[in-house]
Amino acid sequence: MGNNILAITIGAILVNNFVLSKILGICPFLGVSKKLETALGMSGAVIFVMTLASLVTSLIYNYVLSKTFTIGGVVIKLAFLKILVFIVVIAALVQVVEIILQKFSPPLYKALGIFLPLITTNCAVLGAAELSVKAGHSVIEATIFGTCSAIGFALALVLFASLRERLDLAKVPAPFQGTAIALVTAGILAMVFMGFSGLV
Amino acid sequence: MTLIITAVLFTAGLGALLALVIGATAKAFAVEADARVETVTEMLPGVNCGGCGFAGCADFAKAIVEGRTIPSQCPVSNPENIKRIAEYLGITAGEKEKVFAVVRCAGSCAVTVRSPYNGIGDCRSAALVAGGAKGCDFGCIGFATCARACPFDAIEMRDGLAVVHPDLCTGCGKCVETCPKNLIILAPAAVDVHVYCNSPEKGALKLKVCKTACIACRKCVKAADSENQMTINGFLVATNYSNPPISDLVEKAKCPTKALRLATKHAAGAYEGVLK
Repeated sequence: MGNNILAITIGAILVNNFVLSKILGICPFLGVSKKLETALGMSGAVIFVMTLASLVTSLIYNYVLSKTFTIGGVVIKLAFLKILVFIVVIAALVQVVEIILQKFSPPLYKALGIFLPLITTNCAVLGAAELSVKAGHSVIEATIFGTCSAIGFALALVLFASLRERLDLAKVPAPFQGTAIALVTAGILAMVFMGFSGLV
Repeated sequence: MTLIITAVLFTAGLGALLALVIGATAKAFAVEADARVETVTEMLPGVNCGGCGFAGCADFAKAIVEGRTIPSQCPVSNPENIKRIAEYLGITAGEKEKVFAVVRCAGSCAVTVRSPYNGIGDCRSAALVAGGAKGCDFGCIGFATCARACPFDAIEMRDGLAVVHPDLCTGCGKCVETCPKNLIILAPAAVDVHVYCNSPEKGALKLKVCKTACIACRKCVKAADSENQMTINGFLVATNYSNPPISDLVEKAKCPTKALRLATKHAAGAYEGVLK
């Protein structure tokens, strides 16, 4: 069990980094990485949402969707509904959390700000739930996987935002300015992360 | 068939359940927002310049409604608008003196000594490299950092010099902190006479690098109606904004370097080419 969790942790953060190796969650990776400050806000929100979402979706999958039951002599398994159910549940969950946060912790609500509703439908959040199902994780493993994937996302985002802040001050040839050089940088960063393969 | 019906029922049931949960949470944890805040926000200009000292118009509106500030702190709104807000809330608008920005330098490329500079085109970066590529260490470097900061496009870059248009400037003060040379001040909008020089160096040294420097010849001080309308600080004369001179001082003083200017005429370009 302990070994398995260590493997999940290192695997999710470094080896199979969501952004740089699985190419999930690219929209916020490029969208909110212009400033380190917003990148940190986004990272916090992603870690928060992905942990919660992984916990709830794995509960639903392990205790409802993966079970077979018989109605009127027909054996029914609702596992094929998982994407639909996951995305609806995640969206509703984030909405509820947002309302509660606004009431009880306005500072945190302000800090997470627009990022909280934005990442509701992010593919990285759904990806964490899907991959957990595919890997046959238990509820605890799935939650840890979700958190660590989000930490991996945060790591990539913060690294990339720092790089882009430096890029702003560099002399970039005209054809490469803006998103072009950012994508080239992202590619090089992804190659760097390839160095972790084989670690687990 | 049973499978399809079960799936549809399950999804519908899930949707209804989640809708109920969200609805119940929204009801139970509702945050009561003051409706007046939104109305006041709509009455404000909405440019979010921060000139009032708050984080944008919405924050300022909240502060007005909560009584932490007065509507006239907004430097952008016109008086009628401020009166409307005050009437809506049933409070007094208060008085705030109208100000506008003055860039205390007239050293355009035509009249100053400059060295080549190929670095980043931003005054704050240029100032790090030996204080900018200008002969005068105290003048406008001319890379438009203040003009880019201006939410109202009130600062024009003319021949390597930032020129404020008093009719466009709202006095929000966003440009003031961007200038690495601290050249920009907020002066009362009623005053038109300003000394466009910021260098405390001796007159002869200044003239070597800039034809339009204030050389402290005191012509304007003597020509002024009363003694303390212009103040002298070392080798630099400045308008005394608490006892300002009237606009005809510029005519009377005959400033030899044309450092004494009317802000309106300066913006209109009336002083260009007068120094050879």
